Amino acid sequence: MNARNIAIAALSAVVIAALLAAPYALKSYGLYILSLWAVTTIGAIGLNLTLGYAGQISLAQGAFVGIGAYCTAILTTKYGYPLPFTYLVAFVSCFSIGWVLGYPALRVEHHYLAFVTLAFTTLVYLIFRNEEWLTGGVSGIGGIPRPVMFGYSLRAPAEFYYFCLANLAAISLAFWGLIRSPWGRAFVAVRENPVRALSLGVDTRRYTLIAFALGAGLGGISGVLLAQLVQFIDPSPFSLTASLNLLLMVVVGGSGYFFGPFVGAIVAVLLPEWLRFSGGLYLICYAILVMVLMAFCPTGLIGLAGRFLKPVSKPAPVPAREQTT
Amino acid sequence: MSALLSVRDLRKSFGGIVAVDGVSFEVHDGEILGIIGPNGSGKSTLFNCILGQLQPSQGEVRFEGQDITGMRPCDLNRRGVSRTFQLLQIFPQLSVRENLILAGQEHQGTMTTRLFGPRDAGLASAAEKMIDFFRLRHLADELASSLSYGQQKLLDAAMAFMSGPRLVLLDEPAGGVNLTMLESLRERLRAINAEQRATFIVIEHNMEFVMALCTRIVVLAEGRIIAQGDPASVRADEKVIEAYLGH
Ligand SMILES: Nc1ncnc2c1ncn2[C@@H]1O[C@H](COP(=O)(O)OP(=O)(O)O)[C@@H](O)[C@H]1O
Ligand SMILES: [Mg+2]
Repeated sequence: MNARNIAIAALSAVVIAALLAAPYALKSYGLYILSLWAVTTIGAIGLNLTLGYAGQISLAQGAFVGIGAYCTAILTTKYGYPLPFTYLVAFVSCFSIGWVLGYPALRVEHHYLAFVTLAFTTLVYLIFRNEEWLTGGVSGIGGIPRPVMFGYSLRAPAEFYYFCLANLAAISLAFWGLIRSPWGRAFVAVRENPVRALSLGVDTRRYTLIAFALGAGLGGISGVLLAQLVQFIDPSPFSLTASLNLLLMVVVGGSGYFFGPFVGAIVAVLLPEWLRFSGGLYLICYAILVMVLMAFCPTGLIGLAGRFLKPVSKPAPVPAREQTT
Repeated sequence: MSALLSVRDLRKSFGGIVAVDGVSFEVHDGEILGIIGPNGSGKSTLFNCILGQLQPSQGEVRFEGQDITGMRPCDLNRRGVSRTFQLLQIFPQLSVRENLILAGQEHQGTMTTRLFGPRDAGLASAAEKMIDFFRLRHLADELASSLSYGQQKLLDAAMAFMSGPRLVLLDEPAGGVNLTMLESLRERLRAINAEQRATFIVIEHNMEFVMALCTRIVVLAEGRIIAQGDPASVRADEKVIEAYLGH
């Protein structure tokens, strides 16, 4: 174990301890914000898979969070289905839609893919807003329940906060396993050099679709939790802004790094609360941070931290690519 | 004796340019076939058409008797045809060992075992062997981007062998490689040909390298085969001398 790994392990231990101790120090609003951080991180982890590992841009993650949230809201309040069932429905729907939405990624250039996903996000938003018979339109859906486990209600802020943390922990572990498996290696290969990957037997088409679908599925899970957290949903949090925010989180945190989404969500969810006293100044700072970061450290905050932890880093030469079409 | 690979009347044009103009040849088991020709004579295009990177405009490619014309490169690779590209193609962000495992992993198990099974896809020992075979031991855990150009070329070639292919197409493996590295590359290729009974097609600019390595040579000029035969007879062929001196 080298110094870098020790530093990471120590920092993680401190952060985990602080997260577990938070209910003893924070009031319900503080716990609400921390829960929101955990929920948002899950959505950002999904996008990190699509964008950071498999290299496919998506402006649709906010829409998938919305689909997950509406699945939960509709199924629990209108039809009385239990929460675990809504997890399944949200994940399967988002996975399938993500798979289909991934097809353009196989044919079009990156910036066109941004347009395709952007159009999708707009479409989903319009459905949330206009299909009142299903979604309640702008008046939204209220009374979304929180989970009951083994007869024990997780309604209270502290209990529900732990529930969100547990979800985040489980998903992080699964994601860790995924990116360290041969699948994770194949995702990176598809991102770095699809032509060579293809010639080595990597079915780039299949892995791209999987990355899209799994990323969307995690967006759906994030939405399921979000609906339980806020207990009332309307279309406004699922506009294009939400997708752009998630994209910024992944990029600012460090896309393609395991911890990137965690850090990105801190910047996007916690920092505004801490800097509340500054009024509108926060948004200006955020905008400047994004610009400076992208200009000087496109690998995000995690990449920046990595530079300090590993002072002798050689610049990676840009791989040469064969023209083949 | 039936051919391992047979190419019949292959043609590829880009708009007005005819890059490959009706090429036919066969490769037999265990051979090392060299393809030489001046720059722009269509060698790389020929490879790309055989390997499905490009759709040929016309013609047929058969591997082990089956029609593989225009098959997707990943499917072709899983059937046992592997390649390197003219320009270096490694994964700079992965270590040498990871590059090698990646190069073989899609040949192991199923999608499920690649998700839930071991991280090395059961290729750890094969990768170690390849690392030793190509003498990259001291670099095994380094990022591929930190290797010298020649070492990256060796890694690039090594990756093509990780899946235990029957046929390997190498596009200018010696390009830009220094003399000592060149020697070691040629010797490694010969050894792998003998040990694994792998069949090669090698595009090469470096005449010395081709003459010393190959058992048979095909000469391309302006998309057509102008000569073929064993190294000595090709070297003496007037049309070949003219094609080379003419450029
Ligand atoms: N993708 C392409 N589009 C248009 N022309 C191409 C393309 N690839 C190759 N060519 C042309 O085809 C001819 C053969 O090129 P190439 O196969 O790379 O030759 P070689 O590998 O023998 O040097 C050249 O005239 C080249 O300009
Ligand atoms: Mg060439």
